[in-house]
This record gives sequence, C-alpha cells and structure tokens, in this order.
Amino acid sequence: MANYSTNEFKGGLKVMLDGDPCSIVENELVKPGKGQAFNRVKLRNLMTGRVGERTFKSGDSLEGADVMDLEMEYLYTDGDMWHFMKTDGSFEQYAVEKKALGDTEKWLKEQVPYTITLWNDKAISVTPPNFIELEVVETDPGLKGDTAQGGSKPATLSSGAVVRVPLFINQGEVLKIDTRSGEYVSRA
Amino acid sequence: MATDWRPSAEIATLRERARLLASVRAFFARRDVLEVETPVLGQGGSTDVHLVSLSTQARTDKGQRRLWLQTSPEFHMKRLLAAGSGPIFQLARSFRDGEIGARHNIEFTMLEWYRPGFSLDELINETTALVAALVPSFTGPVVHYRYRELFHTYLAVDPFTTSLEKLRTLAAEQGQMPAGTLAKERRETCLDLLMSMVIEPQLGRDELSVVMDYPASQAALARRHQDADGEWVASRFELYLEGIELANGYHELTDADEQRARFSEDNAERRRLGLPEVDIDERLLAALEHGMPEGAGVALGVDRLIQLALGKARLEDVLAFATPNC
Repeated sequence: MANYSTNEFKGGLKVMLDGDPCSIVENELVKPGKGQAFNRVKLRNLMTGRVGERTFKSGDSLEGADVMDLEMEYLYTDGDMWHFMKTDGSFEQYAVEKKALGDTEKWLKEQVPYTITLWNDKAISVTPPNFIELEVVETDPGLKGDTAQGGSKPATLSSGAVVRVPLFINQGEVLKIDTRSGEYVSRA
Repeated sequence: MATDWRPSAEIATLRERARLLASVRAFFARRDVLEVETPVLGQGGSTDVHLVSLSTQARTDKGQRRLWLQTSPEFHMKRLLAAGSGPIFQLARSFRDGEIGARHNIEFTMLEWYRPGFSLDELINETTALVAALVPSFTGPVVHYRYRELFHTYLAVDPFTTSLEKLRTLAAEQGQMPAGTLAKERRETCLDLLMSMVIEPQLGRDELSVVMDYPASQAALARRHQDADGEWVASRFELYLEGIELANGYHELTDADEQRARFSEDNAERRRLGLPEVDIDERLLAALEHGMPEGAGVALGVDRLIQLALGKARLEDVLAFATPNC
C-alpha cells in the first residue's frame, strides 16, 4: 500500500496505526507562531470501532490500509462462522467471525444486505442497514384499542434482539426497527 | 452540477472584509505610517526550517532564474527601512507551502509593519490597539505572560531547566502518542508540541494574551537578551485571541553578521533534517550592513483577524477562494 503524509490525511482515508486499520475522522493542522507544525488527527479504529486522537509531526506518514466496504446478503450460520454473499452477482461468499460481527448479531436476517468491511480481504466488521423489518416472536398479548397511550413493553424479535414496543403490538407482527438506536419505528 | 466554482466566503462577508481592510489603512494613516507594496517574488527565500517556500521559474534579464514566493514581506520591507523609508506597513500576499486547515491557507494576507525607534512594549501597545479597533467582541483586558510562566501554570514544568527526557515523555503523553515516539526529538520540538497543543488553546479567552520571553533558540529574526532569571530569551512577542495566534513581533536584529550566522544555522539544521537548503538573501544582509535603524516590527495574520472580527469558524469563510477551490 501507498504511504500517506499528514497533509493527505482526509476524512475517510484508511491507514494503518499500531497494527490496526483505522479510518481518519478529522485532521487539524496546528502550528505555533514559529516552529514545528503538528497535525491533531482523530481516527476510528476499524477493529474496535473506538475513536481516538493522535498527534503527528507534520510531514510524518502512515501506511495506507487495504480496507473496503462491500454489500453482502446474510445467508446462514454454522454456529462457528456467519456466512454472507456478495450482491454484485458474483455469488462470492465470505465467512465472518463472531468478533467481527459484534452487536450486529442481534440484527441478522436472511437475504438482507449488510455492509461488510474487509481488511486484506478478511471481514473485520458488519454494519446492518439503518432500518430492518423483523417479526415479533414473543411479547405480552396486545392491549386492544391502546394505540395512543405512551406505555411500552419488551418484545423479542426473530433475530434475537429485544426492543421496547407499544402495548398494542402482538406476537407475529412484523415491525420496522432503527438498528442505530435499537428503537421501534412502526408496524411494517 | 458542479458547485466548486463558488466562492469560499459569502459575498456579504467579503463586503465586511473590505470594510475591515479600509479600517486597517485608516489606522495607519492616522499614525503616519506609510503603506508600501513589495514584490511577491524574491531572489532569496526563507531559511526557516519550519517553513516551506514555494518557488517558480522566471525569464529575467539574467536568463532563466528561480525566484521565491515570499513567506512574508519581511526582507523587502527591511531593505526599505535601511534605505530610510521611516515607519511602513503592508498588506502582503504571502505563501507557505503545505499549510492548509481551519486557520491556515497556502496563500494568505499578512499585515506587517515596522516602527523605527519603537521599543517592543511600544509596539505591543500599538498592536493591541489595532486589534481592539477591529474586533468588536474584544473588550479587554490585555494580559502579559512569560513563556516560562505558561509552562509552569499549565504543565508544571520549566522550558529551560526540566530535563529533555521528561519533556519528551510529557509531550508524547499530551500528543497521545505511544511512549518513546519522541525519544530522538530535540527540546524545541517538545516545547513546540506542548505550546501549540496544550497551552495555546487556553490563551486569549476573555482577554488578549501577550506572550513574551521565548527561549533564545526561537528568536528567528529577533534580538536576544537575558531575562530577570538570567536565561537568554528572544526579544519577541506573540499575541493570542480566542486560542488563535494572531501576531508575532520582534525587537529587530540589525547586526548583519549575527543575521548571517542565524541563516547559516538554519541551513545546517536543514541539512541535518534532509531538507533542501534555501538561498540566503544576500541583499537583505547587504542592507543590514549598510545600516537598518533600530526598532520593532510585527506580522499579523489579517485573515485570522477578520475571521475573529466576524465570528467565523474557519479561515476559508473570509477568503474569496481558499486554496482547495482556487
């Protein structure tokens, strides 16, 4: 991979830092009146998702990271690995480890497209679509007529996630959920 | 449709900018300081290790020559002083390669002025008066700090006496770098990091901060003197408002031999760092030899001043076309 110097650090650039692939979030040039210039750089570690800051001397460089985001449909799990297939018509499959899957495990549904981040052709993270439709597999019986009251109750969805839903929701209904907040949006 | 043809600044901001520039000219007219215009191109560049000069090729009377885009109008203005110009000011387009950001643009406007016969204190007073006249949100006070005192207050270390090892460790910590990253860095680099990353952002909050008594190694084109503690310091000041460095002033060095020695030190440091050497401006040295009047001079980033006066977040908000969309 190419090396990138501090003045090429732009939001979204993927670089290697301390052995992990990172995505640059922000880069600010800081220079005293006279003297050495520095860059205060905010980076997201793509392995852990954590955002941190690091100061570099201006002109320092980092190696680029071979990272790309691809859209893939979820197929199945064999209990050990989770299998996805590219949606570009190539039918190429990737196996994803539990660690890379992270929190997305509770939003998995077959044939839904997910964004898989690959580093050196290995999946390191899985991002679900912002909204997903899932069936309620378990919840207390719905309260008839209660469509306006503010109350809520827990419901377990087909993917395993538990979300707060309005009291009128019944088992078997399909709901639209915002995966970023984990909140109920509407009936699908 | 492409929109990158559009100006970086709003047209209304450019009107305000024009009004502020007119105020700057009026300020100096009232004080009988002559406006001058010196060349953007010069036969010499800045040897300053931390500045990257741009250069271009020109067909001159002496054939094809490399000419340097000035990083500030300092050298030409000093040649005018040596020729007997008296007090002068300039709104000068200046160029520093690679400097792009919220407070930097490769091409920018420098307000630089020189006051023969002024002490550093007199020039500080004039500079703060100019800032007060232009930035309506600034209502005082003006607070003076010594470089050393700031390190004691914010970092509990002494820039002159704390061990280099300790400064390296502290600078790496403050820069959130892995331990040992700065193991080979010089004292100056560690001080620069601590100053710009830790101290500067806290200066100029509800006040105009004046920083003085910089280490002698950071004198550039300023004289050196011994401070009250017997440390050699630069006769230099910096001005900060809202965490932003606005101006850098010197009690000017007038000794040609000392100036030549500093240029040579810069080039030696450039060789050590593997940076290209820069042609020394022999005409500036000849002017100093002829004799430049004693006095003080200051360079102020006008784009930053306008940014602060108008309460804009980024430098490009006050530039017609910032370098990224020039």
